[in-house]
Amino acid sequence: MTETIEKIEHLDKKRAKEHKEKEILRSSVTLKVLRANRAAGEPARYDTYEVPVQRSTTVLDALLWAKQSKDHSIGIRYSCRMASCGSCGMKINGIPRLACYTKVSELEGSTITCEPLANFPHLRDLVTDFSQFFAHHKDMKPYVQNKAADLDPSQITKLSEFLQTPEDVDKFLQFSYCIKCGLCYSACPTVAMDTRFPGPQALGQAYRYFADTRDGASKDRLDMVDEKHGIFRCHFAGSCSTVCPKGVDPALGIQLLRGHLLGFSKSEKKAAELKDRSKA
Amino acid sequence: MADAISHDVLIIGSGLAGLRAAISAAAADRSLSVAVLSKVQVMRSHSVSAEGGTAAVLYEEEGDNPESHIYDTIKGSDFLGDQDVAERLVKNMPFEIYQMDHWGMPWSRRKDGRIAQRKFGGYSFPRATFAQDKVGFYLMQTLYDTCLKYDNIHFYNEWFCTSILRDSAFRGVTAIEMKTGDFTVFKAPAGIICTGGAGRIFSFSTYAFSSTPDGLDMAFRAGLALKDMEFVQFHPTGIMPSGILITEGARGEGGYLINNKGERFMSKYAPGKMELAPRDVVSRSMIKEIQEGRGFKHETGFDCMKLDLTHLGAERIKEVLAGIREIGIKFSGVDIIDEPIEVRPVCHYMMGGIHANVDGATELPGLWTAGEAACNSTHGANRLGANSTSECIVWGRITGELAAEHAVAEKTRSSSISQEQVAAEEKRIYDGIFRGAGSVNPYDVRKEMTDTMDAKAYVFRNEEGLSSALKKVRELKAQMWKHVDDKAKEYNTNFTNVMEIDSMLRTAEVVLVGALNRKESRGAHARTDYPVRDDANFLRHTLAYHTPEGPRMDWHPVVFTRYAPVERKY
Repeated sequence: MTETIEKIEHLDKKRAKEHKEKEILRSSVTLKVLRANRAAGEPARYDTYEVPVQRSTTVLDALLWAKQSKDHSIGIRYSCRMASCGSCGMKINGIPRLACYTKVSELEGSTITCEPLANFPHLRDLVTDFSQFFAHHKDMKPYVQNKAADLDPSQITKLSEFLQTPEDVDKFLQFSYCIKCGLCYSACPTVAMDTRFPGPQALGQAYRYFADTRDGASKDRLDMVDEKHGIFRCHFAGSCSTVCPKGVDPALGIQLLRGHLLGFSKSEKKAAELKDRSKA
Repeated sequence: MADAISHDVLIIGSGLAGLRAAISAAAADRSLSVAVLSKVQVMRSHSVSAEGGTAAVLYEEEGDNPESHIYDTIKGSDFLGDQDVAERLVKNMPFEIYQMDHWGMPWSRRKDGRIAQRKFGGYSFPRATFAQDKVGFYLMQTLYDTCLKYDNIHFYNEWFCTSILRDSAFRGVTAIEMKTGDFTVFKAPAGIICTGGAGRIFSFSTYAFSSTPDGLDMAFRAGLALKDMEFVQFHPTGIMPSGILITEGARGEGGYLINNKGERFMSKYAPGKMELAPRDVVSRSMIKEIQEGRGFKHETGFDCMKLDLTHLGAERIKEVLAGIREIGIKFSGVDIIDEPIEVRPVCHYMMGGIHANVDGATELPGLWTAGEAACNSTHGANRLGANSTSECIVWGRITGELAAEHAVAEKTRSSSISQEQVAAEEKRIYDGIFRGAGSVNPYDVRKEMTDTMDAKAYVFRNEEGLSSALKKVRELKAQMWKHVDDKAKEYNTNFTNVMEIDSMLRTAEVVLVGALNRKESRGAHARTDYPVRDDANFLRHTLAYHTPEGPRMDWHPVVFTRYAPVERKY
């Protein structure tokens, strides 16, 4: 077991060195935060806060430090701080990201600019209105449509699952990593032009249920997205997939759905394999 | 005040229990209108962070059986769990697993296409049903999406509930719509509180920032008892400095815990189960190792141990532990494929909650509670991993059905809201908090309180520490921190934060008083000055009732069916 300890010590040193080389370590940064209460008719302004940081500090940590120590009135939506709940999407230095999943040390420059997501109605400071985004998701009927979907609790003894092989699961699994954070929607140039376009999140979910062998509504799902403001509005900028913090590839889901609409499809399993995020 | 909003069933909280309850109430009678009120957007509740598994007996033909799951749960609870409740949990779980499957849950599969299960701490059979290492997230997504099938489920995203309205029965709640800041009354004959745990009363915590005891405190202020609040689970593997959880599934897959000698030290403390002993046992063992000088020092100054997964191999880790690998790389700077990761015991779960019976019914007619907010005594003094998501969905369904039945029966009866109570609540939150004055920063008070809980009410406790913590919390309560500097009406999280801090202080007090009164060591509550379990005096539940001077304490009997308490060894 001393071998393990030697390995740990060696790796600790190596890691410390790598961090020094890769990361930009500062003792403080300037947060530049867009402020406005839209309901009160306020015009937007930027407030700046000098925030002390450590190697592990995320943009969310920095914002909450500013809120708690400098200005209690900063409006921000946040919850899990581990990139699972999807609350803290915002534009950080112009790019849609999760504040909890962006470390200060990853960002260049000594000023970090935080602004609300684009393509969402602005409410206050860093908070936007998600109603339309959620409505697009709901429009996709994002649930298993199958006569046998609801089980009868009185038949508790005669139960079984729908059989699915690991390969069946892989066909839709990566699309079910979606946390509905809205980053893809904010990055989508088509959404910016046409608010009736469902957007990458909703279309990704349409594919997720389309590809699930438990679902029996494939044809309806194709019809649903094939309309004037529908799937063919996408001009494949691919920015949705670039900004997704969970490695979901909505652009791929859109292409696969189009393939089915046009009557051809490639090997979906291979195509839908999750990107190895550690190499990203 | 705006007009009251009426529904048939009000569900407060939108985690696994709340959403499962919504579906079960809405499906019971399509003419009922079911509302889900959440202080977050409903799909963002802390249940999304559950990682490792959901316990259920699926493979009796391969050697598992319900009796074993029941007994493991009761033994895990250090015999403080109500035995009829454990039985109800176990018997209902297989149905829920298959129902989730039918609703689209991406359970991990075996080669034969059937649902896979993995090992988890304290169980005699691998019965943690899993979907990689994101079980809670997928369950939430499955339930959220399934809710969208029902036109009679109404979501209220970002409505902060402040109080329960009652006479001899439940009548409704008051809430603030965060977007507009409007104070509103909700009326309904039936309610279910599903507001989750309160783990943010500790600084080092796996919980989301939103996991504050608003719902517990609402019930407490409405005269309902909080039960067994001194039992706080410290999960062995939280990473530093954030406290984010590394799932027990990591040890279920074969991970080792090692000390600074490179030893798998669990062989000294639980030779039978090693790293897969229940969480209270593993956490105590880790702290003992640290106290005896066999810990590591993290760069942040924390003492810690290491979790070694390197021997599992890159392929298996990528397949079933991808989420925690991502967490390790991002939040700890460690790739678990290459090297062991630093971990230490972290506040993870509250066994206590709103006093409820085996049906999830509270002491107030018309009001139920489910999930972590509830204490129907499934878990007693210590919860087994993978039994909490199970509890949420089982009692979500049960309470949803019962609330729906009650709402149908009450449909023809008229009731009225006490305007006096509404006025008193407006006064409490607007005069007492929003327009309050003072020079003390409420966020500093919160930090002092949570740091005190970390220092004095952690894995090991004693009289001196608990008394000093109680004194501290009472001092903090009396300081001039009840004021809101943000004067805007719209999306005022400063206002909701201060209301949260108010409820956190009251709840911390209940935890500490309960811990002081329980002069024994049982499950997660370990007293160095009373190191032995004392069944003669303490084989009973703690109850706490609200009074303006502080909690009034009482006791409540444990339900036994077939299992006599024995010494708990692993």
